[in-house]
Amino acid sequence: MHFLYRSHVMVCGGTGCTSSNSEKIRAELDTKLEEYGLQDEIKVFKTGCFGLCAEGPIMMVYPEGAMYTMVKVEDVDEIVREHLLYGRPVKRLLAGDKEHMDITKALDSVAFFNKQMRVALRNCGKINPECIDEYIAFDGYKALEKVLTQMKPQEVIDEVNKSGLRGRGGGGFPTGLKWSFAARQVGDQKYVCCNADEGDPGAFMDRSVLEGDPHSVIEAMTIAGYAIGSNQGYVYVRAEYPIAVKRLDIAIKQAREYGLLGKNILESGFDFDIEIRLGAGAFVCGEETALMTSIEGHRGEPRPRPPFPAVKGLWQKPTILNNVETYANIPVIFLKGADWFSSIGTEKSKGTKVFALGGKINNVGLVEVPMGTTLREIVYDIGGGIPKGKKFKAAQTGGPSGGCIPAEHLDTPIDYDSLIQLGSMMGSGGLIVMDEDTCMVDIAKFFLEFTVDESCGKCPPCRIGTKRMLEILTRITEGKGTEEDIEKLEVLAKNIKASALCGLGQTSPNPILSTLKYFKDEYIAHVRDKKCPAGVCKSMLHYEINPEKCKSCGICAKVCPASCIKGEKKVPYVIDTDKCLKCGACMQKCPFGAISKV
Amino acid sequence: MAMVNITIDGKQLQVPDSYTILEAAREAGVNIPTLCFLKEINEIGACRMCVVEVKGSRSLQAACVYPVAEGLTVNTNTPDVREARKVTLELILSNHDKKCLTCVRNKNCELQTLSEELNIKDIRFEGEEFKGIVDDLSPSIVRDSSKCILCRRCVSMCKNVQTVSVIDTMNRGFNTIVTTAFNKPLNEVPCSNCGQCIAVCPVGALREKDDTDKVWKALSNPDLHVVVQTAPAVRVAIGEEFGLPIGSRVTGKMVEALKKLGFAKVFDTDTAADLTIMEEGTELIHRIKEGGKLPLITSCSPGWIKFCEHNYPDMLDNLSSCKSPHEMFGAVLKSYYAKEQGIDPKNIYVVSIMPCTAKKYEANREELSNNGNADVDVVLTTRELARMIKEAGIEFNNLTDAEFDQPMGDASGAGVLFGATGGVMEAAIRTVAEILSGEKLDNIDIKEVRGTEGIKEAEVKAGDLILKAAVVHGLGNARKLIESIQKGEKEYHFVEIMGCPGGCVNGGGQPIQPSRIRSWVDLRKERAKAIYEEDRDSKIRRSHENPIIKKLYDEYFEKPGSHKSHELLHTHYTPKPPYI
Repeated sequence: MHFLYRSHVMVCGGTGCTSSNSEKIRAELDTKLEEYGLQDEIKVFKTGCFGLCAEGPIMMVYPEGAMYTMVKVEDVDEIVREHLLYGRPVKRLLAGDKEHMDITKALDSVAFFNKQMRVALRNCGKINPECIDEYIAFDGYKALEKVLTQMKPQEVIDEVNKSGLRGRGGGGFPTGLKWSFAARQVGDQKYVCCNADEGDPGAFMDRSVLEGDPHSVIEAMTIAGYAIGSNQGYVYVRAEYPIAVKRLDIAIKQAREYGLLGKNILESGFDFDIEIRLGAGAFVCGEETALMTSIEGHRGEPRPRPPFPAVKGLWQKPTILNNVETYANIPVIFLKGADWFSSIGTEKSKGTKVFALGGKINNVGLVEVPMGTTLREIVYDIGGGIPKGKKFKAAQTGGPSGGCIPAEHLDTPIDYDSLIQLGSMMGSGGLIVMDEDTCMVDIAKFFLEFTVDESCGKCPPCRIGTKRMLEILTRITEGKGTEEDIEKLEVLAKNIKASALCGLGQTSPNPILSTLKYFKDEYIAHVRDKKCPAGVCKSMLHYEINPEKCKSCGICAKVCPASCIKGEKKVPYVIDTDKCLKCGACMQKCPFGAISKV
Repeated sequence: MAMVNITIDGKQLQVPDSYTILEAAREAGVNIPTLCFLKEINEIGACRMCVVEVKGSRSLQAACVYPVAEGLTVNTNTPDVREARKVTLELILSNHDKKCLTCVRNKNCELQTLSEELNIKDIRFEGEEFKGIVDDLSPSIVRDSSKCILCRRCVSMCKNVQTVSVIDTMNRGFNTIVTTAFNKPLNEVPCSNCGQCIAVCPVGALREKDDTDKVWKALSNPDLHVVVQTAPAVRVAIGEEFGLPIGSRVTGKMVEALKKLGFAKVFDTDTAADLTIMEEGTELIHRIKEGGKLPLITSCSPGWIKFCEHNYPDMLDNLSSCKSPHEMFGAVLKSYYAKEQGIDPKNIYVVSIMPCTAKKYEANREELSNNGNADVDVVLTTRELARMIKEAGIEFNNLTDAEFDQPMGDASGAGVLFGATGGVMEAAIRTVAEILSGEKLDNIDIKEVRGTEGIKEAEVKAGDLILKAAVVHGLGNARKLIESIQKGEKEYHFVEIMGCPGGCVNGGGQPIQPSRIRSWVDLRKERAKAIYEEDRDSKIRRSHENPIIKKLYDEYFEKPGSHKSHELLHTHYTPKPPYI
């Protein structure tokens, strides 16, 4: 039994930490605990994500609350001996304030943690996701019990409505309203679907919830089933998330064993079950109608709406679809009340939002903050700012469907509506930070490459239009663009947005539109002056050696892979720009800073 | 039917709540361009040509799939709408090979029409073009994906209507292509060759294998006696190729055109249809009386035959062993006729003008030949004949009517019925019921088997027997019926199956009508009307009363089902695996 142990050691079993060897660390912990004879006193668990992925693998020791980061297998012996045997935490590996007197407070003074508010991620890193008892110990399935025993379906919907919860998958549609549409439909069969086909590059909050707290999704889907009158749920999860799939599968089996899924749940007379459907990784299958088409066994392509899924969804039956993070909020709303939930956030965006921080930021990882937190707080306080003291240029939110927010809007409180106003969108919560060395045309091109790859091919605006936009952006970044090309981009972007079949096609021009909105001068510099101001677009830059700074040491010539730098003693070296590959190796190696990009 | 009030371009109107914006706009006299849309067959909102502004909607909406609702306000002609349509069309054109002048669909291309109507003067967004594939290995159908605009009408037709499902979309995004499994050529997949994909293609991405050169060459060969026969459905459709209204009967002009093209004789496949009725009717009576395999299923439609060989090999014994009418005719021409005319059968070249692409495949079947000499040498579709007439400079609409040639020129009205769904059944009933009862039928218009309903049933008193019959058209309906027969849910004596929806009048080789016409006019009904008129106006309306048929049996075949007729007029079938 777990509670008999004097100490609990939790090792992150999320995808990030797993890929940086946390499995081996766990094995080593077991070995060492046995070596020191501590196996009956101390228990090691695998948990979900703590969020500080850049610092993984992460290990947490309770009851002290000591967090160890970047742990190596070789460190395990020291941690077991010093901390777990002698009670002397290994300071050099501790996260947070290493010198703090009280380890339990060490993390409180760290902005990465103390500015966060973990609602959807409440159990991630706290419980063993493969153990239903632990979920139950943290009030798991209590919301379901309350709903099934004390509430009518309409009251459930009213409560969700009152909470102000909006869809966390991208569109931000009010969840309660969505449920009420489906509840209103008369029919023998309805479905509850969960969108776990997280596809935005760099976003992994849904994966983390499934890996760290799968039961919260199961509980929420069951509540949704009760609310709309459905007894069958499907979780559509991408096959590239093997750990999430495995834990979800274990969780579903455990819930069935405990009678929390299946027939007559908690003697309420309500039946509900869930099946997993694996997606093959098509980005478009995150679009609701494409997702349903894929579950039905067809090629994953969107279909026109209306009819909306709440009326005709999966197999033409009334269906609701919410994403993982949205569901993860549901049990809390019933435990703590809609009023509590709606007290968090802004006027129109309630609760918290999980962001996946990536790009040029120190604390790459997963953070959850109340809606209305400013971009500055996220980037600088929680995210720890930008590496090498570089300047913030823009943040990209909403993935390939989103847009870039420039520095002048760093203090905007972030919620669904403010992001739309800035020409971006919440999306699933990917947040990619870009510093001064980023070329915004190149960034737009990067996202367009993704969209072109992921277009399903059903409608011409997306199938051909995104391709044409990418061709133009490629021309521009290669120094072959014209001012007319910028006009063409504007025409294409406007019309693809207006006429593409699905949300993905309609939002595919957003990276272009938002960079054109805030960084048009960069586009113009590319086409008119044939210059890339950030020095990224290779064809428009060349490397030069400043003869006054050059000491003729010859290091540059040695590292040059193209052998295009020539010189001799006491004569400054020269780069043959025709042969130069623009790799930048010479500039990096020059001890005198004599080489520069022009 | 509930009605709703809507506003289109400022005009208020009341329409049924089952309407789409496109249907409502039609009623309001507003033309909305479409490209992928084909009513009841392809309603997927993919091409985005029909976008309109719907009040309250963030983006433009596809009129072809957007259901009307009370209070709906739509604008179809705003600067934004016109611009969006133009940009989309320019994008489609930027990825199309645009070799209009040498395209089989030149002047009958929906993309070309739209380009003209939307006033496209320039394609602003040129770029990489998708490198397509040309598959011309099938004897019936040629695919050219560089012309394909991915409207998916062919896929819907093949998959949903015909349930043949040999083509579908493969790959994604810009690399999307409509193709077969593993990109196999059409002759290596269980394609029925019905050609319905061609009939719905808005552009020239799907076309029949053109065999006109073979015919021109034969016609100019002085050693050959080149004869031609025309199927019943051709005469009620070919006028459309020359701008005549759908359903025009142009039998006489067609015969005259064929004579002008230089054919030695112009025969009517209807004559062979009468012969088929004699053979198939006898086979039916024999099977009923002797306890043979029932139901007997017709074998006139080569699309259906190949479909059956691939999908229902255990039903092959139910198929009538009769060759299809034009193949019978070919065999008769190269035997009886050759002998009578004193021509070496090797020098007789038989051309069949058919509404059908599957007939091209059929004519290549080894079993449909006599001592290595094919019964029919080449099959042309209605469309190919029209092309030859145009190429020869013949003013079709000004031609005077001519008669089919003797000695095989007479046919009964029953024979002409073969062109429409239910026609074989009606013709067979006229003969079989009279033979079985020994009495003349009072009413020979068997209305139960006419019309476009997918599966039709009839019970006819024939002597002591109540003859139970079913008629289906379209391979999807055939699949349904066969499976209900296999499950024992249905029992019949005689079943007529035609591969194409509506039967031969709507065959895959018939003139192609654009979506804007065929979505609102039922080609099957209009063309069938002309078929029934032709029957009504015939002097002889029963196959067994056709004097030529009587003469053929007296002088050559002896009697229906004789040894001789089995040798020349009957065939056999071979199970085919789903993928070969």
